[in-house]
Amino acid sequence: MTMNPDLVAPSREPRQGDVSALDTDRNPGHAEAPVPTVVHPGLTGPIKIKAEDVSVFYGQKQALFDVSLDIADKAVTAFIGPSGCGKSTFLRCINRMNDTIPSARVVGKITIDGQDITDRSIDPVLLRARVGMVFQKPNPFPKSIFENVAYGPKIHGLTANKTELADRVEHSLKRAGLWKEVADRLESPGTGLSGGQQQRLVIARAIAVEPEVILMDEPCSALDPIATARIEELIDELREEYCIVIVTHSMAQAARVSQRTAFFHLGQLIEVGPTEDIFQNPRERRTLDYITGRFG
Amino acid sequence: MILLVLILLIGFSAAAYWAGRRLARRRAAGTRAHSSLGYHGAYVLLWAAIPALVVLILMAVFSTGIQYQLLLADAPEAIRALDPMRQGAFWYDVLTVADGGTPQQIWAGPQAELLQSEAQRAARIGGLMTLGGAVAAVLAGLIGLGLALRRVAPQFRARNRVEGWIAAFLFVCSAIAILTTLGIIASLLFESLRFFQSVSPLEFLFGTQWSPQIAIRADQVGQTGGFGAAPLFVGTFLIMMIAMLVAGPIGLFSAIYLSEYAGPRQRAIIKPVLEILAGVPTVVYGFFAALTVGPALRGFFNGVGAQLAGGPLDSLGQYLMLVQNQMALVAGGVMGIMLIPFVSSLSDDIINAVPQSLRDGSYAMGATKSETVKRVLLPAALPGIAGAFLLAVSRAIGETMIVTMAAGLAARMTLNPLDTVTTVTVQIVTLLTGDQEFNSPKTLAAFGLGLTLFIVTLGLNIIAQQIVQRYREQYD
Repeated sequence: MTMNPDLVAPSREPRQGDVSALDTDRNPGHAEAPVPTVVHPGLTGPIKIKAEDVSVFYGQKQALFDVSLDIADKAVTAFIGPSGCGKSTFLRCINRMNDTIPSARVVGKITIDGQDITDRSIDPVLLRARVGMVFQKPNPFPKSIFENVAYGPKIHGLTANKTELADRVEHSLKRAGLWKEVADRLESPGTGLSGGQQQRLVIARAIAVEPEVILMDEPCSALDPIATARIEELIDELREEYCIVIVTHSMAQAARVSQRTAFFHLGQLIEVGPTEDIFQNPRERRTLDYITGRFG
Repeated sequence: MILLVLILLIGFSAAAYWAGRRLARRRAAGTRAHSSLGYHGAYVLLWAAIPALVVLILMAVFSTGIQYQLLLADAPEAIRALDPMRQGAFWYDVLTVADGGTPQQIWAGPQAELLQSEAQRAARIGGLMTLGGAVAAVLAGLIGLGLALRRVAPQFRARNRVEGWIAAFLFVCSAIAILTTLGIIASLLFESLRFFQSVSPLEFLFGTQWSPQIAIRADQVGQTGGFGAAPLFVGTFLIMMIAMLVAGPIGLFSAIYLSEYAGPRQRAIIKPVLEILAGVPTVVYGFFAALTVGPALRGFFNGVGAQLAGGPLDSLGQYLMLVQNQMALVAGGVMGIMLIPFVSSLSDDIINAVPQSLRDGSYAMGATKSETVKRVLLPAALPGIAGAFLLAVSRAIGETMIVTMAAGLAARMTLNPLDTVTTVTVQIVTLLTGDQEFNSPKTLAAFGLGLTLFIVTLGLNIIAQQIVQRYREQYD
């Protein structure tokens, strides 16, 4: 069998030839860029999450290849890359949502505050109380607005009585910037809100269990520009308290909300650095091609 | 004969098709025709075959009647003198003999001779009519063929015509089922109206005395007849409740297991097995109930009764010792088992229709599987599950075989599951099996019961369908 070079999966090392083809005047010195195995640049605070050689397999197919990445606390880290590049897959490793997919297998190590969360002894139920998640499509439960936010505190038994629960619901809704809009109709169904309100409701629901990390998987892809702006503002406010990781298809959004950006391609982490550098001065040819719209 | 006609018709149609095709090709030579050759052929085929077929069908439907009228018109005096019933029997035998059969009645002397001569006349008439019908069919086919061939032309829109015929044919097929249902409803309605002329609807719906065995002749001593169907409704309700108490929880829980807990391997085994269970004929459940479950439960209760009798619970013991095979519990329980696959497969579909995003949302909040099922999936699926339950209720009410075999005939107003009760369907079966006359309220009562049953199940089905429909829309 002859191997057509175009069909072979790209080697894990970026080919030097490719890189040198870049305009070296605009990006001097990048031709000698190191192979991106473990990369730290752009860390703005103490490390919250540390991933070491994380690979994910769906059945026989490998979706993520040896990703090593540190994520800072009290900051927004954005994952960008074309569809199917593994950014969502990696995000779902952080709260072990991949456990709910029977064929998925995760290898490698992820620590949060030094604690290995991939360890079998870690209960994913407790982990997910520490690592909240917001999904692409707003998914409020078919319950009242109040019950939606009270869901987490109730199942985790976080509040002692009804007043505490009500306080916590109010606080979470305020934190998510939704309180003023829904204060007078907490008992109406959460599914009756607009898309943007639903997404803020879901954020309030995640905040209600007081997580340390909030994962957002393209949280604005189903929203209009005004609702998107509102969510982005909210993300910026929440950054002061939480470690936020956001997957986004919109490079403008990554540039607006994040301090640090990681670029994924074909299941590999290509490059990570301060958001400004990634968008203005990427070290990797593939990053440049992606952010300038040559593929993806 | 019929086979021959069919073969001829198919041959004729094929010839018409080829004729249409060839003609279309010749006439379209050099130009671009509107429709392809096949459509021209099909158009000619339809115009040739349908008139011939219509003539043949008309002949099959009316020929016997016409033949009979012709026979009667020239009937011999000797036969006209007979009494009407004897006359009818004579002509019946004439037609039988004409078809080569043997007479059903004994005819002696001149009547026997007349029978033979009239049979020959009938055979002659029949032969002529067959010949005439065949000629008419061929003529109709040829006229249709000729007319159709004349229209074949390059700009003729044969395709649209043929597609129109196909649409009409398919419409007729779908209309047949609906029309039949309408016919059934009409017959139910009219017979019920006759019934309600002799029994008032109020007495029928709320009366508590059900004994439809009325005296047919004045000198008969017996029941005067009571048509209060309330005990039947209560019995039906009791058995339905028992069935739903079995099928509801078990069906729902197995649906939850299948959709949320079972791995692909368990699912691959359990789902088909449940579906096989749904295919077991109800008569099999019926004799399982009557011959296995009934005696076993009776033995159990009688044994318990024997232990209790004489003790502090003596009266209960005495009662239990008299429990019979045919209790509501047996029929209801086995019916419940029959409904399990029905409930579980409907509920499974409905739980699966709850979007994955809700599950993800719940798991991402740190909810466990059972919390997710209890707090998110079931509330979300509740309307749909209610619809599924209503459909099961409607099936339980209409189910006939199990109750006929296992429930008994005593019309009692009781909600005691150990008692013998009877249901609407059982009574319909009892009223209509055996020799019946259609003027007695006893027989007509079956239509009253049927109409009631029909209205209730139709109502339940409509409500259930609406609920399920609205539920589906909610997540589309």
